[in-house]
Amino acid sequence: MGTKETRTMPKTDYRVEPGKQDIISEVVLDAPRELVFKAYTDPDLFARWWGPRRYENRVEKFDSRTGGEWRVTQVGDDGTEHGFRGVNHDVVAPERICQTFEYLGVPGHVALQTATFEAVGNKTKVVAQIVFQSVMDRDGMVASGMQSGADESMERLVELLDELKAER
Amino acid sequence: MRTESDPLSVTFAALADPTRRAILSRLSQGEASVTELAKPFDLSLPGISKHLKVLQRAGLVTQGRNAQWRPCRLEAGRLKAASDWVGEYRRFWDESFQRLDDVLQEILEKEK
Repeated sequence: MGTKETRTMPKTDYRVEPGKQDIISEVVLDAPRELVFKAYTDPDLFARWWGPRRYENRVEKFDSRTGGEWRVTQVGDDGTEHGFRGVNHDVVAPERICQTFEYLGVPGHVALQTATFEAVGNKTKVVAQIVFQSVMDRDGMVASGMQSGADESMERLVELLDELKAER
Repeated sequence: MRTESDPLSVTFAALADPTRRAILSRLSQGEASVTELAKPFDLSLPGISKHLKVLQRAGLVTQGRNAQWRPCRLEAGRLKAASDWVGEYRRFWDESFQRLDDVLQEILEKEK
């Protein structure tokens, strides 16, 4: 994926290891840490970037303080809705957000996600870890919740193999 | 136990080994015999057979019965499931981070 190029697009690395129940993603964004943190904690800014483009974010609750609740619904252009909610366990500006995460399509499967923001010169390295309650939750959540009936081909398969190879 | 038995976990476990991924890579270009598969690796035939068994159990590879040389074949379906899964997650966050980058650049432009 990711061959279409506008300016330098952020490249995200994913670590999805067999038999583990977490996913770690890492990206370097060309902006100062305070601003990246703001984009994560300001509801208006957050609504502008979180999730695939084909969804509009409806922010229902967004209390970005320690102990605060958040609830966001993604509304597709065909009207389908996907709700997500959680509680901010720890919000330490501008370094870290630790929160629970639940996809309401599969209620009761609560994940813990932690995003850390590290200043690298004028850029910011974001490391996001999401820990599911079981391997099955990890492997099942996205498949059920964020599906879109994508059209696949051998290309993606080869890509996946290359990726998995590169991880080693 | 509900952890390791689901198909996706079995697939991921089979994919965890670099030799097995190399075997799949080779098979994505077409069928091959066990001997042909063993060639590029420093592995004995029993060694390769062991990896093939794991891949077969995971539903990633099947072995033909008809031809004398019993060609190994990639079963794209299971791999597609794994690829779809990773792809969906990636799509979600790749796109999110691109949008985030757009928003950040827009704000930085305004501040100038």
